[in-house]
Amino acid sequence: MRRRDLLLAVLAVLVLWQGAAWLVQRPILPAPGRVGLAFIQELGGDLLGHFLASLWRVLSSTFLAIALAAPAGLILGQSKSMSKLFSPLIYLLYPIPKVVFLPILLLFFGIGDLTKIAIIFLILFFQILVLVRDQAAAIRPELIQSVRSLGAGRRALFRFVYLPASLPAILTALRQSVGTAVAVLYIAELFATQKGLGYYIYLNGTTLFNYPAMYAGIVAMSLMGLGLYFAVDGLERWLCPWQG
Amino acid sequence: MIQLESLTFAYGEASPIFAGFDWRAGHGESWAVLGPSGCGKTTLLYLLAGLQFPTAGRVLVDGQPLLRPRPHTGLILQEYGLLPWATVRENAMLGLRVRNFYGPDGKHAPNDFQPSTQVDPWLERLGLGEQRHKYPGQVSGGQRQRTAIARTLALNPDLLLMDEPFSSLDAPTRADLQKLMLELWAEQGLTMVIVTHAIEEAAVLGRKILLLGDPPNTRPLVIDNPASAYPGFRDTPAYLALVKDLRGHLEAR
Repeated sequence: MRRRDLLLAVLAVLVLWQGAAWLVQRPILPAPGRVGLAFIQELGGDLLGHFLASLWRVLSSTFLAIALAAPAGLILGQSKSMSKLFSPLIYLLYPIPKVVFLPILLLFFGIGDLTKIAIIFLILFFQILVLVRDQAAAIRPELIQSVRSLGAGRRALFRFVYLPASLPAILTALRQSVGTAVAVLYIAELFATQKGLGYYIYLNGTTLFNYPAMYAGIVAMSLMGLGLYFAVDGLERWLCPWQG
Repeated sequence: MIQLESLTFAYGEASPIFAGFDWRAGHGESWAVLGPSGCGKTTLLYLLAGLQFPTAGRVLVDGQPLLRPRPHTGLILQEYGLLPWATVRENAMLGLRVRNFYGPDGKHAPNDFQPSTQVDPWLERLGLGEQRHKYPGQVSGGQRQRTAIARTLALNPDLLLMDEPFSSLDAPTRADLQKLMLELWAEQGLTMVIVTHAIEEAAVLGRKILLLGDPPNTRPLVIDNPASAYPGFRDTPAYLALVKDLRGHLEAR
């Protein structure tokens, strides 16, 4: 997407928002300028800390999910017997909306960071696992044979074929799930925590009735989602240039 | 160079493709293996590459029984076997990088292997200089196959195995690459075995032609084709006579 088109889209959203604010004329929908000002003011206050707490949860769970799901997906994709063994379990667990596990995770891991990280981890883990498994299984046998004929054993096949082949699958999985992950993080942060954008938005909206600050929190969460999406896009262009 | 001793091979419980099959190919010879689909041509090549193993009997290359792919054997397949995420140059380097990865262990790389990733002379020799930074998806089928050839020759093989390498290419590109292979064969002193279902290709590339028929193959039928060494062989009556002869043999088998 061209940068100019993106700027135009941002402008269109701001114009619509401003128009709606004029029409509604109530404190529950402040104009974008007012929210922008609150955003800058709040960044100097609490907002940055909450933003960083949420970002830490998303990033650590993403790294954890990649570190565990990608090798597991590669093993399942390479080994027919392992895939046969685990397929029914994955088939059963994959479609379950992971957010329903939140109360259970809260009971087990308590109110700290671990619960939030675990719920995002669960969402990303299955998505990466399934996509990497399918990608590894789809590698043509002719490709494997020809690389084996160059002297490659299992380790070299992993390094030169399976690992690079799984990169696009990891990035596709992240692209597909990063939005859901941020949404679920918001819900997770509503419960029993005093750090994170979810808590910040909820507190300002329902307890302090500071609507511009609430909107600043929503903008921060949107920027985080967008930033992660753009980061995945950038990584894809950098790591997978052959797909361009 | 190659010896098959009472080779028997079957996939699982299926009926054998080779049964007590003997065959020899000498150093520096150029062989074409010709036969209809399902006759066992590709299986024979995979056995020679150490990617399949006999049910009974032995496959010896350079006097050694094959237990795994041999570092000095190169294999070129119809589907090129290129990594889509690597450029032409990186693909050509792949064999050398695999060897660097293991080091000279005599198993994955020869004992005398010196770490290297030098492929540029091969890319130039194969006319890929300008394509080196492109991905396989961005170059033609002929250039992809040239990349696969560069990758294999960069490993300095003494035995080159090819499985229908040019069958998905258009006729002029195919003729071009056949000519190139004959040049490289003469230049490098290679032993070459090319598997094909195309009679014309076997007649052009094989100084000797091994004919396979419906399985099980028990005895090799070998046709000598010394005249193919001469330039312009394709335009001679001898070529037409050979093609007719081969067609007759194939129909008879």
